[in-house]
Amino acid sequence: MSHVTRRFGLLPILVMLLLLLVAAPSQAVEEFIEINPFLKKIPLAIPEFKPLTEDAPSVQAATEAVQLLEETLLFTGYFKVIDKGAYLENPRETGITDASINYRNWTVIGTELLITGGVRRSAEAVEMELRLFDTFKGQSVLGKRYRGTPKDTRRIVRKFASEVVFLLTGSRGFFNSEIAFVSTGTGNKEIYISEFDGRNPAQFTRTRNITLSPAWSPDGQWLAYTAYPKNRPFLYIKHRRHKRGYEIGNKGLNITPAWVPTDDSSAALEEMRLAATLSFTGDQEIYLLTGKGKIIKRLTKSWGSDVSPTWSPDGKKLAFVSNRSGNPHIYVKDLASGRVDRLTFQGRYNTQPNWSPKGDKLAYAGMEGGRNDIFVIGFKGRPPVQLTRNSGNNESPSWSPDGSMIAFSSTREGRARIFVMTAFGTDQRRLLKLPGEQTNPQWSPNKHLN
Amino acid sequence: MQRKLWMVLALLVLVPGLMLMTSCAQQTAVEQDTTQKTTPSADTSGTTGGEDLPDDAAKRAAEQAMNQFINEHIYFSFDSAQLSAMAQDTLKRKAAWLQENAGVMVAIEGHCDERGTNEYNLALGERRAQSARAYLVDLGISASRLSTISYGEERPLDARSTEEAWAKNRRGQFKLK
Repeated sequence: MSHVTRRFGLLPILVMLLLLLVAAPSQAVEEFIEINPFLKKIPLAIPEFKPLTEDAPSVQAATEAVQLLEETLLFTGYFKVIDKGAYLENPRETGITDASINYRNWTVIGTELLITGGVRRSAEAVEMELRLFDTFKGQSVLGKRYRGTPKDTRRIVRKFASEVVFLLTGSRGFFNSEIAFVSTGTGNKEIYISEFDGRNPAQFTRTRNITLSPAWSPDGQWLAYTAYPKNRPFLYIKHRRHKRGYEIGNKGLNITPAWVPTDDSSAALEEMRLAATLSFTGDQEIYLLTGKGKIIKRLTKSWGSDVSPTWSPDGKKLAFVSNRSGNPHIYVKDLASGRVDRLTFQGRYNTQPNWSPKGDKLAYAGMEGGRNDIFVIGFKGRPPVQLTRNSGNNESPSWSPDGSMIAFSSTREGRARIFVMTAFGTDQRRLLKLPGEQTNPQWSPNKHLN
Repeated sequence: MQRKLWMVLALLVLVPGLMLMTSCAQQTAVEQDTTQKTTPSADTSGTTGGEDLPDDAAKRAAEQAMNQFINEHIYFSFDSAQLSAMAQDTLKRKAAWLQENAGVMVAIEGHCDERGTNEYNLALGERRAQSARAYLVDLGISASRLSTISYGEERPLDARSTEEAWAKNRRGQFKLK
């Protein structure tokens, strides 16, 4: 891996290492410099894949796979694909292995990374050979052969894309994650789930009433949300596949669930915990609940609204919205010491905090002039960074499981839709468009690919 | 602003009132038809609208009072659950009606405009409903007759994105149970 980082000098890992070396003696410098890896995109060439046998299914599979891999890698914001018209060499004809590639033909058009592929598909099986080359270094970096059933094409492509992103960033990415969101397509607010890239959206709840605030359990198996059976806001904890679950119907509000992060992906529901706002005492406070909804203890204590909890990745701190200063602002509670600090001071209406899975930042919606925009703020006292502006109402930021992207809702095209952008606010685009309006996206954990 | 609110209030009271009158008139007309068929010669009064019997008048007044109770909302400022002087006047009328109608149970709904965010608005809506409930309890209404529920920004009366619509939507609304 060391030769990779040396070659791709602008890649985040090396940047971080450099920064640490240069800035180690001075804390201030480290805080001041922040590199945006999405500004200089890595020039990538993905020429047509080679059908390993010249039959129609293999030719078609090769075309599908190369398109899907390109889309998948482009989605991350790390890459730009070099115009295919500029390619001087066609690995489909000349060969897809190291021995048959003339690296000079790729570096001369600006390529830093080259991916070649070979595909064979029959009625029973699909087989893919995928390779990643460092064209400046002139060598193969990654080579994988995959076999599966014909339905596995996308899984294979995503797995390879995940390997590529891991090599470059040291993070497994989000290619096996989903996004839950609220849509009004049926005339009522219901929760839907799509793949991370907006493909295959499917309705998850059928409450025929108001359904809000989906929250994924750390293992991605359970969704907590608020719904209105009998016209009262109850919390539900429902299994992702089996739809079995639990109802939490205390008097008053039962809203804004947020699961405590855990590394143990095999934890049973009983072992998981979540925070939520309840108001059965007449005052709105955040409580810690078992995975089945039993109250363990109260986490906040302040007259007025305490809502929208979000956990630090280590589960030691809790950020939430409180109007204790008169307006809604974001506060952080350290659970060990019990100390509560106000985090946001800019503006008069800051809500919907979402803690980055990397731990160093928090995204939220801040209101200015009646409209919300997405902001990101750190914990060292520097002012927040505004990521959306002059583009309608932007709400509900939710980090991708690797912390590299943010999903949010926006009315910039008229009706509210789900959008995504990189963690630095670049590459903002719509994720999907369904009947009605789509709001309240929540990015799921990244399930392990196997 | 104040004038606008008064107009909205006046309309909210007037329109359902008018609708009620129309439906009453229709009912009376139907009754009269039957009378004409059975005793055609009895129609000598010369009026076609029919004259209210004392019982009907009382019933209509009661219905109007109930409709006013249901249709007259209280309004709030942005991000506030405080009761304005106007809201307090409205609540005094509601308290009087509740005193007269002792058996009635009421659900107080708290609503918000769309500008805030959904989750915080659920909390704000509940605080609005709680403010109204506390005021009514202070005026002597039994707390056990009054429940609260928040709809946040999920059930606007006016779906437009204008100051006028937002003012209408930031409300406390009263439903009979």
